[in-house]
Amino acid sequence: MNQTIYLDNNATTRPAPEVIEVMQPFLHELWGNPSSMHDFGGRVRKHVEEARAQVAQLIGADASEILFTSCGTESNNTAIRGAVEAAGDRPHVITTRVEHPAVLEPCRWLKQQGCRLTELEVDHLGRLNPEDLSRQLSTGGRAVVSVMWANNETGVVYPVPQLAEMVKLAGGIMHTDAVQAAGKLPLDVRRVPVDLMTISGHKLHAPKGIGALYIRRGTRLRPLLLGGHQENGRRGGTENVPYIIGLGRACALAAQHMRAGTARMATLRDRLQAGILASCPDTQVNGDETRRLPNTLNISFHYVEGEAILYHLSDLGICASSGSACAAGSLEPSHVIRAMGVPFTAVHGSIRFSLSRYTTEAEIDYVLEHLPGIIQKLRAMSPFARPAG
Amino acid sequence: MWEYTDKVLDHFRNPRNVGQVENPDGVGEVGSLACGDALKLTFKLDQHDRITDAKFQTFGCASAIASSSALTEIIKGLTLDEAAKITNQDIAEYLGGLPEQKMHCSVMGREALAQAIENHRTGKTERKTLAGKVVCHCFGVTEEELEQVIRDNSLTTVEQVTNYTKAGGACGNCRDDIAALITRVLGDASAEPAPTAPAERKLTTLKKIKLIEEVMEREIRPLLKKDGGDIELIDVEGARVMVALRGMCANCQVARFTLKDVVEQKLREFVTDDLVVEEVK
Repeated sequence: MNQTIYLDNNATTRPAPEVIEVMQPFLHELWGNPSSMHDFGGRVRKHVEEARAQVAQLIGADASEILFTSCGTESNNTAIRGAVEAAGDRPHVITTRVEHPAVLEPCRWLKQQGCRLTELEVDHLGRLNPEDLSRQLSTGGRAVVSVMWANNETGVVYPVPQLAEMVKLAGGIMHTDAVQAAGKLPLDVRRVPVDLMTISGHKLHAPKGIGALYIRRGTRLRPLLLGGHQENGRRGGTENVPYIIGLGRACALAAQHMRAGTARMATLRDRLQAGILASCPDTQVNGDETRRLPNTLNISFHYVEGEAILYHLSDLGICASSGSACAAGSLEPSHVIRAMGVPFTAVHGSIRFSLSRYTTEAEIDYVLEHLPGIIQKLRAMSPFARPAG
Repeated sequence: MWEYTDKVLDHFRNPRNVGQVENPDGVGEVGSLACGDALKLTFKLDQHDRITDAKFQTFGCASAIASSSALTEIIKGLTLDEAAKITNQDIAEYLGGLPEQKMHCSVMGREALAQAIENHRTGKTERKTLAGKVVCHCFGVTEEELEQVIRDNSLTTVEQVTNYTKAGGACGNCRDDIAALITRVLGDASAEPAPTAPAERKLTTLKKIKLIEEVMEREIRPLLKKDGGDIELIDVEGARVMVALRGMCANCQVARFTLKDVVEQKLREFVTDDLVVEEVK
């Protein structure tokens, strides 16, 4: 078995061949510094600005509102810490319990610095109640709010348009981590009043090491990296030109594939889900199925442990991930699964399959052919499983 | 991925001795679904107390399955006295080593073996009981267990103890206690373990509280201990009885039902019929 069936696209994606191709000249002949006064650098600058426009176009922004960063984590840190520091008198930081650590950790750090922090709860389907945000916003003080557009583990999509309206009315700052949504769902900052939005390159078929932050014109932000006038003084450091060019192309491709690609992913994902539910008893889908990313399936197999499933899948060339404690390299299951109150018979057996536009029907069928046998084998040795049949 | 040895992967992919021995002479069960791993070991003896067959059922990760498989291979052919000397190190060594963070899988194997031997010798069939003071309430690990693992493996840091027993790996509140325990086991007799703060008790109706305590000790605790759990009375305000679940019960969702159904019912039966039980953390 030499093939790789890659169903872990919420972790990282394959860099698109078109993306790698457009990056090449900037590693070979066009290696000038975009800040230079000479034409050799100036030519590079032009391409950087074109890439900026491509990123802006994917989300309906103006090119001047796009800041290039090194990754989604840097974008999130810049947005949250930058907005809080610019706001002055220790604003009320509001986020959710199911955010990525790249949001949760900076928020918890700000709490240590004296900010009031509220982490909104989710229900058993991973849903937020907008009323909870409304209540927090009415407690007074200026608020900096960060709510993800879609969850990386369950794919649950949050009502960011509605929440952003509420924050705007309350005079707060709204950030959204759209790392998982970008390229999979249409995003338009002309219609959604978010002030800050995080995008990561390697989740949409650009390479690792490049991210972007949308900063609505007029939003006050303190830079995280000091040391240069680059990016209009919002981030010091010489631009990572080849990767910026790659991210631009990846965003253009994402826009181009948005409709057909996501519809295909959803069809295949639904085929995978229906096939697993039909062939494996005692399984449950985690997260709200009615508001979910088109590519994500988070499913729990009762009475078996996730890491053991992943190792058997890996032996067959199938890549997925798990929220189980062992797979996470910790002793506790994922904070997202715990926040949802998934029954304890199921928390350790949660598996996430995440598709991309490259996923084929044959790959899904290959998983469906082998997965039931793995689950049966593990249940046969589990002291808890009900006898089969 | 973890850096598993080929032997670990082999025992994970092709586990030896899966299942249950018929009419076993010893049964050991440790762990739980809530904790993320569990092992049930059964063995059969000949007339000279030599283990002729051993089988396992395991819920857990690749190294938990491999450790269980290795355990059964190691003990087959040993006398009970020889088997009693097996340590978690023996299991880990048999597999060519385990990642540090996975050493608790080998400890689970040793505990199941110790319990199966105990079961054979005393006829006791209960699951692991929390003998001695519970140090880690999240994973239900007692001082006695910790002392043995620290000694067997010459552990010197809290992080190591967490890797080997899970203790301290969730809320982390017991890390100071673990540190004190390490100091004591390592022979520094002057360092006593930091005493755990006793729950604050506001005594409103002394007599009622005394009665509740008695009923809990007599009627309720034995039931919970069968599942490796425990209960603590925190406060009584009028008819409200506030308790905290400990050990295996602390994070267990089934325990929520236990609380309502069993504890409240028993207290109403033996104390007063208007009592309402509430859980506090």
